[in-house]
Amino acid sequence: MTSNTNTPSDDSTPTSGDGIDVAHLSALARLALNAEATSEVASDLQSIVTLIDAMRTVDTEGVEPLSHPFDGTARLRADEVTEHPDPEHFQRNAPATSDQYYLVPRVVE
Amino acid sequence: MNDVFSLREMSRALADGQVSSLELTQDHLARVKEVDSRLNSFITLTEETAIAHATAADTLRGQGDKRPTLGLPMAHKDIFCTEGTLTTAGSKMLSNFVAPYDATVVTKMADAGMVSVGKTNMDEFAMGSSNENSYFGPVTNPWDTDRVPGGSSGGSAAAVAAGLVAGATGTDTGGSIRQPAALCGITGLKPTYGRVSRFGMIAFASSLDQAGPMTRNAEDAALMLSVMAGFDPKDSTSANRDDAWLADVLHHGIAELERPAVIGLPDQYYENSGNQESLAEARRELEKLGHTFKSVSLPHTDAAIPVYYVLASAEASTNLSRYDGVRYGHRCENPTSLQDLYERSREEGFGDEVKRRILTGTYTLSVGYFDAYYLKAQKIRRLIAQDFDKAFADVDLLLTPTSPTPAFHKGQLTDDPVAMYQQDLYTVPTSLAGLPAMSIPCGFSQGLPMGMQLIAPAFREDLALGLAAQFQRHTDWHLKRPGESN
Amino acid sequence: MSWEAVIGLEIHVQLATRSKIFSGASTAYGASPNAQACNIDLGLPGVLPVLNEQAVEMAVRFGLAIGAQINLHSIFDRKNYFYADLPKGYQISQFETPIVGEGSITITPETGSPRTVGITRAHLEEDAGKSIHDLYSGQTAIDLNRTGTPLLEVVSEPDMRTAQEASAYFRQIHTLARYIGICDGNLAEGSMRCDANVSVRPSGLAEFGERTEIKNINSFRFVEQAIEHEIARQIDVLESGGKIHRETRLYDPDKDETRSMRSKELSNDYRYFPDPDLMPLNISEEFVAQVRGTLPELPHARCQRYCDDLGLPAGDAETISSDIDRATYFDQTIEAGASPKQAANWLMGELSAYLNRHATDIADSPVTPTQMAQLIQRIEDGTLSSKTAKTLFDALWEAGADNSAGTRVDALIDSLNLAQVSDDGALTQIIDDLITANPKQFEELRGGKDKMLGFFVGQVMKATQGKANPQQVNEIIRSKL
Repeated sequence: MTSNTNTPSDDSTPTSGDGIDVAHLSALARLALNAEATSEVASDLQSIVTLIDAMRTVDTEGVEPLSHPFDGTARLRADEVTEHPDPEHFQRNAPATSDQYYLVPRVVE
Repeated sequence: MNDVFSLREMSRALADGQVSSLELTQDHLARVKEVDSRLNSFITLTEETAIAHATAADTLRGQGDKRPTLGLPMAHKDIFCTEGTLTTAGSKMLSNFVAPYDATVVTKMADAGMVSVGKTNMDEFAMGSSNENSYFGPVTNPWDTDRVPGGSSGGSAAAVAAGLVAGATGTDTGGSIRQPAALCGITGLKPTYGRVSRFGMIAFASSLDQAGPMTRNAEDAALMLSVMAGFDPKDSTSANRDDAWLADVLHHGIAELERPAVIGLPDQYYENSGNQESLAEARRELEKLGHTFKSVSLPHTDAAIPVYYVLASAEASTNLSRYDGVRYGHRCENPTSLQDLYERSREEGFGDEVKRRILTGTYTLSVGYFDAYYLKAQKIRRLIAQDFDKAFADVDLLLTPTSPTPAFHKGQLTDDPVAMYQQDLYTVPTSLAGLPAMSIPCGFSQGLPMGMQLIAPAFREDLALGLAAQFQRHTDWHLKRPGESN
Repeated sequence: MSWEAVIGLEIHVQLATRSKIFSGASTAYGASPNAQACNIDLGLPGVLPVLNEQAVEMAVRFGLAIGAQINLHSIFDRKNYFYADLPKGYQISQFETPIVGEGSITITPETGSPRTVGITRAHLEEDAGKSIHDLYSGQTAIDLNRTGTPLLEVVSEPDMRTAQEASAYFRQIHTLARYIGICDGNLAEGSMRCDANVSVRPSGLAEFGERTEIKNINSFRFVEQAIEHEIARQIDVLESGGKIHRETRLYDPDKDETRSMRSKELSNDYRYFPDPDLMPLNISEEFVAQVRGTLPELPHARCQRYCDDLGLPAGDAETISSDIDRATYFDQTIEAGASPKQAANWLMGELSAYLNRHATDIADSPVTPTQMAQLIQRIEDGTLSSKTAKTLFDALWEAGADNSAGTRVDALIDSLNLAQVSDDGALTQIIDDLITANPKQFEELRGGKDKMLGFFVGQVMKATQGKANPQQVNEIIRSKL
């Protein structure tokens, strides 16, 4: 893999390392932060970004990225049905269910 | 139980019929109840199942079952899913989560007849170096009640150091076994990435997470590793290997090293270490045992912390997306929409450090930043791994400090996340390279235990364990207990 | 101004594996809610994916069938977005390095000539669950049974210009996927769904206009209607001076309209990155060669063979080859000894009518290809007339439907007394009797009034209950003149 060309988004993206758009990031990460938390996080993120920016000076010309500690290859599974889940067993942990469904507030599509 | 036994000592006592697993287990439970209100090293005590398993182990032994691990009490870090038992990962998010299945590590230890007495405290989702990030409160270092035990496996480290259990499982992403082991004066081993199955171990950063033993000595670490390790078809990153020494070590203990080792001392790890004295003494001891030292260079060491925080945060930010209040875990009161359900459940369920890492990872994976951060970090990761490869062409093992400082005071670093991250300085590079590394006690500083780190080539835990066991046969740092020496 | 539409399709083909792409739960359709969602599908803490080898093989099979490059090295990425029926908060997909590269397929629209549609890529990914909005008031119900079903997402080039072409392309992919056995093709159960990217531009202009994406279309008819409608809507907007906005729209077949999807507004920075739980997928040349060896004859080649080798008319060849089960039935009928033309006629005539009437799939036909071939042979050797053959077919259908399988055709001809009377002596006797009974008519025939031949043949048929061989009757009568 050479470079990532994620589709640019339509709404405002953070524009540079020194202006981290915490509101945008917390929206993407689905974290409701109040104003106070947002400004605290902004300053923490700023120091973290300063910390990680230190690596940008390392020369990586011609170096292949390493995704796993050891370059390996996917191991495949035989196509067999091995799991026979019991919804009741798994739904003991669920905050809201009915007739084996998980329930969430109504979604408008 | 007069004194705390090691796992091996308990194994022998059980074999000789001096004690039953039920007696040992009851002693352990009693000690936890007596001491742990002070330490807070456990989140959950599983008294009932422990007694049932101990009784079952005694029955098996009566029927002639002679496995060395049968009936040995231990504890699991609360990051491993245990069916029917609360499994929290130290988070409010999972404070009500009763795991519906067992982690492979949990199954393996139960199958070996080991008896889990409970689940140990930890930094939330294994993010932290002080165990102050737990929803269930901080853990206290048994050596000094004002100090932290290190993290994230701080509960396991403190429990072993205080003699509540002789062995506990831990997990290590950037140092979470080794750093608390060092700060609590115990032995901790992070195996090679892929050695121990990650299935059922709650993920922090998938390409770095690795489970391992935390014990009083190297022999016990080897004993636990032989049970924990092994290929797991449920984990695509599990290594399919057949190392004979792993089976041998269970029955015969750690083998003597075949020859004296050539031990590398990476320049970059000794520049700012406050650990020079005890390490120098350890070196002299190792020299007396015939080992030789050689200076080596790991030139990309400085980049390891930034690289680690980019990769670990990126992976964590998406690993933690599943905590959305829909199928399990914390859900906010009266959500008005799906959006509201997500945002408030996650805001309420996660602590500050977890949120910081999620946002850092979200940032570095974002449109326009991916190449500059994530991809760049993966390239440097390769350079770091290559540094180790080159070093291991000349030496058998590396010897370094485990942590820059001994146990620090509670609250000392909580306001400065970046300073806290520096705790991982010496442990993170090996995590990035996936190499096995262990921390063993090597002295004291200001009355606090210090650890030294032994780093081995991939899948050569036997070398580190062999050297550690030999060192521990000739020194007694690992025998010091809190309240005795200081 | 005249407008031209530019259309590209993304077709999600549900692969017909037994278990899911990353877990061992069943993919069977129709289980009770969440009864096929195991710990991995639910995205429980600590679970890990392991790739299903059958899904990989099916992807390769598809790639080979469209003449595409198979990427021996491909990577699974995480596509990050939150949705209630996406348990992990990310979908495992292939972003930069899909398993199948560029290929193409030939389509034949109902109107217009055959053309080639480019396929950009096809990649493996996991399906999401289902959100059901109308079951509870104020709440959406989530069923995760479908979660983790393997999908092959087939992305076309923007090569289509009309809704009919898009629909023909969708059909062709459907035909192909069923041919190579990677999908059951059941559109009603969602086994194949498509998203359409639609834009319009003034005819003759090279640049594309701004496009919209219509989501989740699951029938050939809807794909045509939805695109038809969207093209008209875009032209309306542009002609009234408006602008098209890049957006995701949902087709509502009840109202025949598309509308903007609110739920998709936020999901636009997917933060793709390689899934650290999965190693890169490396497959060998040998594996690809082995899969190539298992490929059946493909629809296009089959159609060609039916025309060139068997002499079927193009229309018949196209109809029969467009469905794997129909083509297989046809081939088996030929193999059992039927002539291709008769087999084609019966298949598209009587058999097809019965199948439709009884809503039966050809693969489950009560009349087997062997029986069909024997029936055709008995027509050709003169045992059956076309009339008695239909009676026999009906009897075979009934017998087969009654599950008394293995009914022998000849035995049934005997027991139903359907064989044509071909005994010269018996027929001569009947004809002699008729001549004696109708002397006037015979004289007229002898006098050259050929019409009277029909009269005598008809009478013979009547006397034999239609079982006389008409040609033989003709010959005997002529010999009497």
